[in-house]
Amino acid sequence: MPLNHEYIGREYPASATYEVGREHIRRFADAIGDPNPVYTDPEAARALGHPDVLAPPTFLTVLNFRFALEGPIVDPGLGLDYSRVVHGEQRFDHHRPVRAGDVLSVVSRIEDIKDAGRNELISMAAEVTDADGAPVATIRSTIVSRGTAARKDA
Amino acid sequence: MPRYDDVEVGTELPAQAFPITRLDLVRYCGASGDFNIIHWNERVAKAVGLPDVIAHGMYTMAVAGRVVTDWVGDAGAVESYGVRFSRPVVVPDDDAGALLTVTGTVEDKLDGGRVSVALTAHVGEDKVLSRARAVVRLG
Repeated sequence: MPLNHEYIGREYPASATYEVGREHIRRFADAIGDPNPVYTDPEAARALGHPDVLAPPTFLTVLNFRFALEGPIVDPGLGLDYSRVVHGEQRFDHHRPVRAGDVLSVVSRIEDIKDAGRNELISMAAEVTDADGAPVATIRSTIVSRGTAARKDA
Repeated sequence: MPRYDDVEVGTELPAQAFPITRLDLVRYCGASGDFNIIHWNERVAKAVGLPDVIAHGMYTMAVAGRVVTDWVGDAGAVESYGVRFSRPVVVPDDDAGALLTVTGTVEDKLDGGRVSVALTAHVGEDKVLSRARAVVRLG
């Protein structure tokens, strides 16, 4: 079953803010095996001009899972079968580094749905802003819905 | 941090090799919140047609990015980082796991003291990331 292309442009604002904590950053940095002190030592971060420890460049992926139950992937109207989904591409554009103490808001948007052979590609963009409403990051991802493209020869 | 003026197109970043074991994937499940069963359960991974448990694409992306952040030191200098996931990283249930090898090369000098770095990431002969690029701001 092809996806519902009427969902292109639909937005999904997260229902709550996400507070970035030092200990979650530490746990994430540990999990990726990265000993960089800018993630764990506030003094090291300040020495580089940052107000607190930074999050690693891909840390914001945690937002996907914090708000997984309210995003496009589980929206029944989109018609995505999660067992057919493969992660195709991922990109982070940081307008400033994410750091401990940030209180983040996120709005995800379905940018495009298009066919690629027998598959469909869903492009999504999430805008992340801080407590002042200032832009923090744009997260772009493309996921592949395997085998759901409309049959051209039907 | 490397100085912009000292860096040329073609400058190579120190290459690194990262072993990835099942334990690493379990830790990443907990830290990221991504508990997709194919990242820790061989029975389910094989049932959906995979050769074995596979690493999270986001884990591979994070580890590969260390070639950039280790080079610049200040992870806050990374303005953008993007990849395409070209092949899964299969992680066997043994003590060695999979070995991810990552290289980085400066491919462009941009305005504002920024450079674009192209990364490669392989497990054996398999290219597991493609179009992997980071833009970093140098001193």
